[in-house]
Amino acid sequence: MNYQVDKKGFYGNFGGAYIPEMLVPNVEELRNRYLDIIQEESFQLEMDELLRDYVGRPTPLYLAKRLSEKYNTTVYLKREDLCHTGAHKVNNTIGQILLARRLGKTRIIAETGAGQHGVATATVCALMGMECIVYMGSVDMERQKPNVERMKMLGATVRPANSGSKTLKDATNEAIRDWINNPVDTHYIIGSVVGPHPYPDLVARFQSVISEEMREQLIDKTGSPNPDYVIACVGGGSNAAGAFYNYLSEPSVNLIAVEAAGQGVYSGHSAATTFLGKPGVIHGSKTLLMQTEDGQITEPYSISAGLDYPGIGPMHANLFETGRAKFYSITDTEAFNAAMLLSKLEGIIPALESAHAIAVLENLPLKKDDVVVINLSGRGDKDLMTYITRKDEFTK
Amino acid sequence: MTSTNINNKLTQLFSTKQKGLLNIYFTAGFPQLENTRTILKALQDGGADMVEIGIPFSDPLADGPTIQESNDAALNNGITLKKIVQQLQGMREEIHIPVLLMGYINSVLQYGVEELVADLSALGVDGLILPDLPVDEYKEKYQELFEANNMSMVFLVTPQTSVERLKYIDEASSGFIYVVSTASTTGNEAKDLAGQKEYFERIKNAKFNNPTMIGFNIKDHASYTEACNYANGAIIGSAFIKMLGNSHLLEKDIKEFVSFVKQG
Ligand SMILES: Cc1ncc(COP(=O)(O)O)c(C=O)c1O
Repeated sequence: MNYQVDKKGFYGNFGGAYIPEMLVPNVEELRNRYLDIIQEESFQLEMDELLRDYVGRPTPLYLAKRLSEKYNTTVYLKREDLCHTGAHKVNNTIGQILLARRLGKTRIIAETGAGQHGVATATVCALMGMECIVYMGSVDMERQKPNVERMKMLGATVRPANSGSKTLKDATNEAIRDWINNPVDTHYIIGSVVGPHPYPDLVARFQSVISEEMREQLIDKTGSPNPDYVIACVGGGSNAAGAFYNYLSEPSVNLIAVEAAGQGVYSGHSAATTFLGKPGVIHGSKTLLMQTEDGQITEPYSISAGLDYPGIGPMHANLFETGRAKFYSITDTEAFNAAMLLSKLEGIIPALESAHAIAVLENLPLKKDDVVVINLSGRGDKDLMTYITRKDEFTK
Repeated sequence: MTSTNINNKLTQLFSTKQKGLLNIYFTAGFPQLENTRTILKALQDGGADMVEIGIPFSDPLADGPTIQESNDAALNNGITLKKIVQQLQGMREEIHIPVLLMGYINSVLQYGVEELVADLSALGVDGLILPDLPVDEYKEKYQELFEANNMSMVFLVTPQTSVERLKYIDEASSGFIYVVSTASTTGNEAKDLAGQKEYFERIKNAKFNNPTMIGFNIKDHASYTEACNYANGAIIGSAFIKMLGNSHLLEKDIKEFVSFVKQG
């Protein structure tokens, strides 16, 4: 079975480009040129150099001994939290800014939830001396204040999205509207494997470096490129796409995707899309999304701003439908406690998003000789205020 | 080769009148849930040549703040696509001008495309405008269904649409071509028709099979008149919605609005 995108931009029943005509020229330009550009030797040399010298790749694959002991198995952490700017998001923004330059674009827009993608975009725009506008839901601006300040310090303009739930989906709407109004000079650096084709494929390719490195590192450490499990959290699904990418056609590798259950899958305050969603169209692609019977997109909830999204990328919708990946959901409380656990056992404070991936260790039927890789997508600096102020609430 | 396959109030209108057609967009269920029919009737009485009824959506990507807010208000009022269909029951007893529905593809997918086309056709609705439905997908999956039900499908073109694509869109359209005036979301006050002459000339001389209507950022008599120089007519949305939002006497204000736009 092939889990990659087909010629028409679909992953099985999901994907495509459901966009108003105003966006067609931009998206077509991207679709016609992205593969040629990213396969150019000069592009790859520039990308590799920046990933090595600026981002700090390869990121370590770390054997988490005390965590392994606790779960009586072998757990490795893929340390995307050690990337420059503190999360995997920069792998994609480096690739897209190089692409934008080759397309002759001078103005960059982006959406952000937790602020990590916004920071990663503002960072590469500073690096390249390009204008940067980041849309962020006003609710998220409040709960991720340090990242708002970081973006400003990096020279970006942060524009609040005040429509709808004032979170990631609304920031994405505003970025798309900006692109409609600025069709010539602007490139939209989308932050996850969502949006119209070719974005899901483009972003997955840029993130695929994660599993490319994992394979080599596992050979050194275990003798085999293939672990028994790869675990990643899913907001839109970019870190998971990168961690799964080079294992999609290795059926012996169990792919575990972890969604945010928020206050509980059926609490009415959740972002567990595969449990609660139905097929539909969001942000230009056909995928699973949380919606009413009338097709209105519902407001998701998660303590973690980066997972607070009512859809998932079409690639993941297909992995879910075909059963190639197994989807779990983790509540705010479980994620919070997993963050505390990792901090104490390994001296690593994870992002709240990544803590969801740690927490699922409780739910898997792990054996002593299993090799488990968790993609630790980001570090917890941005979540410190939440960890400090909500400790009593979650650790009772 | 296209419009000729379909016979409805929209194609009939274009065969009898080719100039100065005024098409007004309004959001169903706004300002009050039950205003849909009142507005429709007042538009007809005021002299609108056709109407587009907007299907409210939570995430209207192509719309600016005015239509976004009318969508939110209508959804808060409790509108759904099913309710719109109910509200339009019996419409053809009093409404004789062409009526189209405009919205986003997700609403239609959840209702069911075949079910919706059947229901709308029974009501006497003449066509649909779904800006985020890809032309390819329409041709592949839905064109036959629409034609069998005399249901027009209207696609958009923009200043950036290439010559080949204009042709392709014209071939898929039935009813008219929706000419988006500027690269813009709806109701963007920073954009106007100045500087669009070359584009409009290109459209005027394109020899489409379908009639053309210019929309987006048409807001008054002057912009309506300007648009009518290059197309069969013009479409007004945000300016009308804004007026509705401030109106205390809907029927009177609607008739005045239409007459101001047409006569100045
Ligand atoms: C650290 C971290 N992990 C995960 C995510 C979720 O995004 P994705 O599912 O695209 O990896 C985010 C998004 O902001 C993030 O900051």
